[in-house]
Amino acid sequence: MRWWQSRRARGWVYQIALVLVLLALGSWLMGNTLANMKARGIQSGFDFLGDTAGFDIGESLLNFDSGQPYWRAFAVGLLNTLRVSLLGMVACTVLGVLVGLGRVSANALARGLCYAYTEVLRNVPILLQLLMWYVLLVEWMPDSETPYHLLDTFFLSKNGLSMPWLLSSDTGWHWEVPVWADAQVTGGAALTPEFLAISLGLSLYTSAFVAEVVRSGIQSVPRGQIEAAQSIGLSPWLTVRWVVLPQAMRVIVPPLTNQFLNLTKNSSLAVAVGYPDVVNISNTALNQTGRAVECIAILMGIYLLLSLLTSAAMNAYNRRVAIRER
Amino acid sequence: MAFIEARPAPTVHNNLLTWLRQNLFNSRLNTLVSLALLALLATAVPGLLSWGLWHAVFQADAEACQAAREIGACWGVITEKHRLILFGRYPYAEQWRPLLATVLLMGLLVISCMRFFWRRSLIVAWAVGLLVFMGLMGGRLGPLPLGLTPVPTDQWGGLPLTLMLATLSIAMAFPLGILVALGRRSELPAIRSVCILYIEMVRGVPLIAVLFMASFMIPLLLPTGTQPDVLLRVLMGITLFAGAYTAEIIRGGLQAIPRGQHEAAASLGLGYWKTQRLVILPQALAHVVPGIMNNFIAIFKDTSLVTIVSLYELSGALGLAIGGDADWRPFKLEGYLFITAIYFVFCFAMSRYSLWVERQVSHR
Repeated sequence: MRWWQSRRARGWVYQIALVLVLLALGSWLMGNTLANMKARGIQSGFDFLGDTAGFDIGESLLNFDSGQPYWRAFAVGLLNTLRVSLLGMVACTVLGVLVGLGRVSANALARGLCYAYTEVLRNVPILLQLLMWYVLLVEWMPDSETPYHLLDTFFLSKNGLSMPWLLSSDTGWHWEVPVWADAQVTGGAALTPEFLAISLGLSLYTSAFVAEVVRSGIQSVPRGQIEAAQSIGLSPWLTVRWVVLPQAMRVIVPPLTNQFLNLTKNSSLAVAVGYPDVVNISNTALNQTGRAVECIAILMGIYLLLSLLTSAAMNAYNRRVAIRER
Repeated sequence: MAFIEARPAPTVHNNLLTWLRQNLFNSRLNTLVSLALLALLATAVPGLLSWGLWHAVFQADAEACQAAREIGACWGVITEKHRLILFGRYPYAEQWRPLLATVLLMGLLVISCMRFFWRRSLIVAWAVGLLVFMGLMGGRLGPLPLGLTPVPTDQWGGLPLTLMLATLSIAMAFPLGILVALGRRSELPAIRSVCILYIEMVRGVPLIAVLFMASFMIPLLLPTGTQPDVLLRVLMGITLFAGAYTAEIIRGGLQAIPRGQHEAAASLGLGYWKTQRLVILPQALAHVVPGIMNNFIAIFKDTSLVTIVSLYELSGALGLAIGGDADWRPFKLEGYLFITAIYFVFCFAMSRYSLWVERQVSHR
């Protein structure tokens, strides 16, 4: 047998060829990049992170002004991304579970409405939904002098939503309720229309997918399980609590993790409505410093890290609900 | 002998009232839920109908629209601007070309969905169809003039752009996905790790980041002076992105094939590629039809993101059509609803079609 007729030898040849091609491609791209950067006078390196950012950020959980360095701007962006993603995860789970239960309910009207809800929200691009929410919030809402209000505690206008918020003071924690006086709302927590649009859009869009996940999870529990639970005298609530849910959760958790990951990644669309998330910030930094490679590397690093953290947390939860075999 | 008299057959009430009682009001909880939902519908539907139909303005009359503001929708904005929304910045006089190209592409899509046309010649039809599409849109094929006014790609927009991006990236991501999925299951460690690295890197980042990379970094990566077309760069970005997701779905199908199938193929003397092509892939792909179709729908929806790197697909074209026109600017929502309807029709049709394909491949 000649050497090229051996499977192992051919395997080695293929692999060495692949590695060589990749190395050649990589060094060619690298060489081009260096030449291009030299030609355009672009500097490289991450040292710009210490420079003064020179731009303001509309909303931020940290104190931030244009005199602060780039790395702090990135931190602000990351926190804004996290804020939207975490809120979205909670909201889409709650909504998704409700709609998913509606799809398997005995009530024909609830089934129909929930079906329509999932089909409409799933089949329209998230970007379009975000833009529509944004138009509704900034163009259709009343001016800030005459906001919609609910029980004199929630105020909604073109400027966003004001709502009660927990504040710490010398005497301990207390609720601060916004007040509408002299044609303006003061106090409480103010949520910008950008934040509202991205949160609403993400939660509703993802909730439609979560509803499908929940429905398939519940339908994966065989009917016999429910009949068996009834035959030993469990009440409907106990049947759900002890028989249906534990079995359904095993099917639900892995795809739910995927939906959470999608939600986090979709939060990058905030850039379309001008919410200062991490993509928005790195885009601004890229335009100001011209360091495309570095900014995109930071961005990818952050999203990779977020994805890994989310999957790690959900996998830990999955181990708790998974079947424990003897 | 005495017989027990036969009982009369149970009467089946097949009328609306029985249906209502059985489906909406069969328990206390259900009655409550039904009443709540009916109340919700009763408040929402009349308002929506009156806004969307009774008080809506359908003719392209900006003043009538202004007068009906808040009480009625202004569908006139679509009557007025539909050509800009559907075809973007494409030269007005030449817009029969994108129209024809769109009809051609949709025709190809529709016949590809029918079982009767599932044969080799369909591939030829697609190759010819795409060439004609490009020729119609660009006015020339590469350096070859066609006697039409050339239109550069940065002026393409609207529905033809959306359809083209979606079909081309699906058509390229699918074979890429198959190769990468096979690579990920390969016994050769170098090939396997390259595929895993690619899949995990791409799936960890959002499409926006990939698109930014395509528009900012590809010009840096290529030799000085070569500037690939922005459309081409974006297409590359979407394809690379979609390829990783397709690969993971196909891997699921490959994993479901029992070892015995490989061994049976090997015992018949089939080599690696013949085994994959004739034995493994037909079964593996049939397993994952729903996943693949969902992926196609996701790619179709994702093409809407190219508006962020300034390509004027449907929503970008809407901004273009309305953004600069003070008369129609207030009626952006109606424009968005129009685009929403277009996307919904396409995606819903695709998801219904996927159910049909699933039945077709499972009955064999």
